[in-house]
Amino acid sequence: MSIYLASLVLATAISGTLANPRLGDQGKVLKSLLVEGFEWFGELGIFSARVFRATLSPPYEIRELVRQCDAIGAKSLPLVALAGAAIGVVLSLQTHDALIRFGAKSLLPPVIVFTIIKESGPVITGMVVAGRVGAGIGAELGSMKVTEQIDAMEASAVDPYKFLVATRVLACILMLPLLTLAADFSGLMLGWLANTLADPISFRLFFENGFKNLRFSDFIPPTLKTAVFGLIIGVIASFQGMRTKGGTEGVGRSATSAVVLASLFVILADVLLVRLILMLWS
Amino acid sequence: MNKQPDAPSIAIENLHKKFGDQTVLNGISLKVEHGETVAVLGRSGTGKSVLLKLIIGLQPSDSGSVTIEGQQVTGLDVKQLNEVRKKIGFLFQQAALYDSLTVEENVAFPLSRHTTMSDADRSKRVRELLGSVGMDQDLKKMPSELSGGMQKRVGLARALALDPNIVLFDEPTAGLDPITAAEIGQLILELKKKRQMTAVVVTHDIRGAKVFSDRMVLIHEGNILAEGPLAELEKSQQPVVVQFLKDSS
Repeated sequence: MSIYLASLVLATAISGTLANPRLGDQGKVLKSLLVEGFEWFGELGIFSARVFRATLSPPYEIRELVRQCDAIGAKSLPLVALAGAAIGVVLSLQTHDALIRFGAKSLLPPVIVFTIIKESGPVITGMVVAGRVGAGIGAELGSMKVTEQIDAMEASAVDPYKFLVATRVLACILMLPLLTLAADFSGLMLGWLANTLADPISFRLFFENGFKNLRFSDFIPPTLKTAVFGLIIGVIASFQGMRTKGGTEGVGRSATSAVVLASLFVILADVLLVRLILMLWS
Repeated sequence: MNKQPDAPSIAIENLHKKFGDQTVLNGISLKVEHGETVAVLGRSGTGKSVLLKLIIGLQPSDSGSVTIEGQQVTGLDVKQLNEVRKKIGFLFQQAALYDSLTVEENVAFPLSRHTTMSDADRSKRVRELLGSVGMDQDLKKMPSELSGGMQKRVGLARALALDPNIVLFDEPTAGLDPITAAEIGQLILELKKKRQMTAVVVTHDIRGAKVFSDRMVLIHEGNILAEGPLAELEKSQQPVVVQFLKDSS
């Protein structure tokens, strides 16, 4: 069922066919969706290969990379920390009630720590960045495309794939794990605070209990998997931005599809990566 | 690939370009000599801007060849193409200034990418370039704070930053009032005299083109219908040329 839903979201985001009232015939719509879907994946592959080559070949755009790390990392920090904190509070309140009913109140600190570090922190960071940064990249590159700024850059003998895309993709890859740490930290702190307001527990006891059975293999892979989320967000948002057509309406479409597709692929990647992590580290 | 010393500045041979089913350029051939300014005229949608983009390699041609100073550019990889592009300046129709950068940073952009100038030298060069287009008082302004004519001037300064041998102008006077359009036309003429550059100017403004161009080329249905100085075009008996000149005057 979830595969069908994911396919539907994907098809809607990459294709204008469903919105085209002239195509009434279901067979034609399906065929068109399939063709556009294959075209989209093919173009994404070519785009990714070009970005990969541009990233590896000198000269390296260090100054622009630092600027993008600031725009993507530092400027997303408050929102990511806030989202992490909200998750911590909600998790604490919900699990506190549930664990009391099952007589397992002492398990509350490890439940909060494990949930936030292994899944909630990374996923909430991925989703928040997919929304904020995905829309930003899609709209910014889309706007540059329709106003010929990208053509102007190429005409100035500067490779936009290296200067604009590779720097944004790299910044996403580098910043996502750091932002995840921030989300984890704020989630745990606010989780403890919410818990101690309902049922006082010392800071030290909460974290000693919570981290007692935590291993590095519980912490490192889930945090580093967000680098893959960063790759997905950076590549897809840049791809949607760079293929913008049709003026301001096209820019809006690119920004929306960048968010939808980046979020969708982050969720799908999470499913695969969790399975992979469990296979490798269990 | 080999550079020929006596080759024309730009040589276009049998160039074809289609977008879907629509043929935009249908085997166009054109030679532009060193220091010559050619105005490319034609109705909207006849492929004039596409021609400029094919010259600088922003779009691939379907067939035919473009040679810049003896070096064929069709089929080059990005790195080789960028070496050719450094010899060419391009003024876009809407100026295409980077809207996140100031006027100064826009003009400095190609210099910081392709030269080893110190910050002080680069800043001096940017002021010179902006001074030559009358924009040296607006260094710190953002593109959104400039009028259309001012944006074109800054775009021109940026196009000239690397001291190119060839400059391509895409509708340099489009959307400007007659006085500003005349000023831009005068600026092109001054630059031509001062720098001896080769220029291809896509325009609808025949009056302006008469001032700065050595030769005019009229494109119709993807090919060159007539070419020569304006006086020669005015003698043409071809109905399309007569109609175009009549409607443009």
